[in-house]
Amino acid sequence: MANTQAISGAMKQVALGAVVNSKTLSAALYLVSATTDGANTVYTTTGEVTGSGYTAGGVSCTNGNTAGLTGTTTFWTPSASLVYTTVTLSTAFDAVMIYSTTDSNRNLGVFTFGSQTVTAGTLTLTMPTNNSTTGLIRFA
Amino acid sequence: MIITTTKGDMDTSILDKREGVYEDDRARAEWVEYWLEDELVHRSVNIALKQGHEFSYELGRMG
Repeated sequence: MANTQAISGAMKQVALGAVVNSKTLSAALYLVSATTDGANTVYTTTGEVTGSGYTAGGVSCTNGNTAGLTGTTTFWTPSASLVYTTVTLSTAFDAVMIYSTTDSNRNLGVFTFGSQTVTAGTLTLTMPTNNSTTGLIRFA
Repeated sequence: MIITTTKGDMDTSILDKREGVYEDDRARAEWVEYWLEDELVHRSVNIALKQGHEFSYELGRMG
């Protein structure tokens, strides 16, 4: 046996939990032409979609989960789908930013998908299974 | 079935329905469109995110 250098899973869980547990979150959509990424420290209207039925800032993100831990991987996922009801978003978009309004609109992450538009319809973003292999945010 | 369209609520029986799927390693998107002759009047999309981001911590070295 030998010792193994490592950061503990417990520390990762505490670190992730500090930014997601019991926070009020929102989810904003971004145009294909935008450059939103991890360098954005907070929510921005730059590059955000506009259109009928869509309010700047996006929709509320249901946060019934806390940071979980399996082995040494901590994970977290919103506890419900993100739903944008009866919107028209004619310019293609391909990303959603989840941000914490509790913490001055801190950007938690930007998640991309294939380019889409919506016409007088509903956009539903279904979340992956909340575990250590598919959770939306994972620290391994 | 009545749906919302760019022309107000309409019965789908008078519309042309088209469906499709786009999938890559990050998400699977299923969309449904309704057309009135050659005009798109409704498009809804359901995107299932497959997995999020995984980040790794990096350890420094002492000494």
